[in-house]
Amino acid sequence: MIMEMLSRWQFGVTITYHFLFVPLTIGLALLVAVMQVLAYRRRDETWDRLARFFGSLFLINFAMGIVTGIVQEFQFGMNWSNYSVFVGNIFGAPLAFEGLLAFFAESTFIGLWVFGRNRLPPLVHTISICLVSLGTVVSAFFILTANAWMQHPVGYRIVGNRAELTDFWAVLGNSTLWAEFPHTVLAAFATGSMFVLGVSGWQLLRGREAVAFTRSARLSAGVALACTVLVIVTGDIQARLMEAQQPMKMAAAEAVYQTSNGASFSLLTIGNLSGQPVFQIRIPHLLSLIATLSWNGRVDGITQVQHAEAARYGPGSYVPVLWVTYWGFRIMVGLGFLMLIASAWALWRSRRGGKPFELGRWTLWVLVACIAAPFLANTAGWLFTEMGRQPWIVYGLMKTGQAASPTVSATDVALTFGGFVLLYTVLGIIDVGLMYRAARRGLGGAEERPSGPPREEAEELVY
Amino acid sequence: MTGPVASLNTAWFALIGMLWAGYFVLEGYDFGVGMLSLAVGRDDMDRRLARNAIGPWWDGNEVWLIVAAGATFAAFPVWYAAMFSGFYLALFIVVAALIVRGVSFEFRGKRDSARWRAGWDWALAVGSLLPAFLWGVVFTDLVHGLRMSPSGLYLGSFPGLLTPVAIVGGLASLAMFVVHGATFLSLKTAGPLAGRARKVAIRLAVPSGALVIGTAAWLSAAGSHGPGQLGGAVPTALAAACGLAFSVSGILVRLGLDGFAFALSALGVLAAVAAVFTAMFPRVMVSSGPGPSLTIWNAASANLTLVVMTVVAAIFVPLVLGYQGWSFWVFRQRLTRPAAQPSPSWRTSARRP
Repeated sequence: MIMEMLSRWQFGVTITYHFLFVPLTIGLALLVAVMQVLAYRRRDETWDRLARFFGSLFLINFAMGIVTGIVQEFQFGMNWSNYSVFVGNIFGAPLAFEGLLAFFAESTFIGLWVFGRNRLPPLVHTISICLVSLGTVVSAFFILTANAWMQHPVGYRIVGNRAELTDFWAVLGNSTLWAEFPHTVLAAFATGSMFVLGVSGWQLLRGREAVAFTRSARLSAGVALACTVLVIVTGDIQARLMEAQQPMKMAAAEAVYQTSNGASFSLLTIGNLSGQPVFQIRIPHLLSLIATLSWNGRVDGITQVQHAEAARYGPGSYVPVLWVTYWGFRIMVGLGFLMLIASAWALWRSRRGGKPFELGRWTLWVLVACIAAPFLANTAGWLFTEMGRQPWIVYGLMKTGQAASPTVSATDVALTFGGFVLLYTVLGIIDVGLMYRAARRGLGGAEERPSGPPREEAEELVY
Repeated sequence: MTGPVASLNTAWFALIGMLWAGYFVLEGYDFGVGMLSLAVGRDDMDRRLARNAIGPWWDGNEVWLIVAAGATFAAFPVWYAAMFSGFYLALFIVVAALIVRGVSFEFRGKRDSARWRAGWDWALAVGSLLPAFLWGVVFTDLVHGLRMSPSGLYLGSFPGLLTPVAIVGGLASLAMFVVHGATFLSLKTAGPLAGRARKVAIRLAVPSGALVIGTAAWLSAAGSHGPGQLGGAVPTALAAACGLAFSVSGILVRLGLDGFAFALSALGVLAAVAAVFTAMFPRVMVSSGPGPSLTIWNAASANLTLVVMTVVAAIFVPLVLGYQGWSFWVFRQRLTRPAAQPSPSWRTSARRP
């Protein structure tokens, strides 16, 4: 029991930490690639310097994402060996493909982009960073293939103590995957864009390189706006899929106990969540609209779903931790709309072509503060979807309580959990400090750029 | 449970062996360079040179580990579950070391402070040393056999993994990677740093080969818990080939044939991994009781998973080899100390003719 609880905490803490870096990697890779392509197509020095500057931030973040990712892959076998045996036939393949199709390309081409600036032809150098960006998206696809199968298992049969693959195309065509993948990747793009927008805003506040950072601000505001709109649309599609596939999660998102037609959506609730709210702000019919796309659609309540699942899977509680799902859902959605407003406003204010980004200081500070929004929204969203699936580790097939490693001791897990927390805390502080320094440094003077023959030795000593 | 030898199970056992071999051949040299950067790097610039010598590749090299683990998870879930839960604390140390060494690449140059840089130099060296040793322990244990439960899980604890023979095996892999890293630095850098790396390679080539042969001899003397299908001759021959390759590599370094020396130390690592896998075959975790050994039959996924994996691997493994090989070609030139920052120990005459 203690071992299982510690393993849950260890996995939760390490994956949440890992997923601070992943969306920024995916989003920044896209934006840096776009900047590099613009630099190449227009033979433009400014875009090239911007690509380098945001590339340096990307690399610090990328390093943290890589090293914390290995922990995640190893943990399935280390702490969750029963789970690994049960799902390996199906779950293992996307993990292997992620490495083979995505990680190899990302790691090799990032090396070529960083070290090959003066050694590769400009076109090949530009393609390198584009392949890195493509790699990050492919990686997201495969890891979400694995996750979607945990949310909604398809294409399998149960043989003894394990699930065997019967239809690989069903696993790749999982409806949950095709809702989750665009939603997550677009959220990652939005994360990278809000980051670039915030950093650009900060540099404009400091009065540095106004022309260059106006460009990056305008680019990122545009990408952020487009992606945030699409994140909301795909999230809406996902909500209806969730109502059909995991009704408990939808009920838990709203903490709605009784099945009802034309259900309202509570913006916030004060009071206990055991069914007796003290104060609420509710929007009539909205929950039914989200969940079923009809004004008076039926939304299942926690009590009814609990009865149905107990009848189907045997006695026990099938209710997740409600305060996490309720607030996780609201924080995710609320911050999504905040990002929509912030990026739309920034884009509107910067519409005059060619002029520096003419925003007031106060607005720029808001944009800087908005850097935090996508990180909080991503975390809230994943906590909601993963904790909302509990008590299941694979929905309807295996409970998390049955999944842990039977031969690993609680002492061992306590040691590794403590080790990870310590290591991650120290590295997190260092990482934030270095990101701050690198962001503050700015583009560097134009005179630093080699104009004559490339200074090869210096370029080779990147580290 | 058994099946025909000519099957997808055997093919995946071989492919996973190749993925591990790729990992140890590639990350082996950058573990070695990591340790040597502190051991033979005399000043900040030496350590920078060593670090940048592996700069474009270390990350791609590490992906071989991720893919080897992922392929094991997919093709042999029971093996993956038993190995990763069984080596729990050992793998935690490996992962923590890989984290610290991994971030050291990006972090080191970001502050202009001698203490800061020295700290990350230690992180790289220790973060390379621990996995270099522990991987040897893990694979020696796999061949030697562990106490396994009837359901196929390791029954012991972390100290139970550190048997005398496993420690010798760990030292063998440590020594191999130091030599492999030294031949790499001889090939990839020029000047006094390369000179000192050559001395290390020459001095340690024979001892590292001897350690591998010693481990193999000890393992076969200890007797296996139920023999593998290939008998003792094949792995013994491969271990001997490894020892020979490392010894010859030392001679080639002495003759100034850096490229061939590196190729031979790579072949030596390859032979050592091949020895491990042929000694295990068709078992994947050898049991010393009370449960049975895990084999490529009772630990494997169902056929469809293996078929899908085979198709994807057949397409993408050659592609990966292609672009990784190209990346090695792009950055093939030797690194030298920049002329702008000469240091007292720097001499142009040390550059190899």
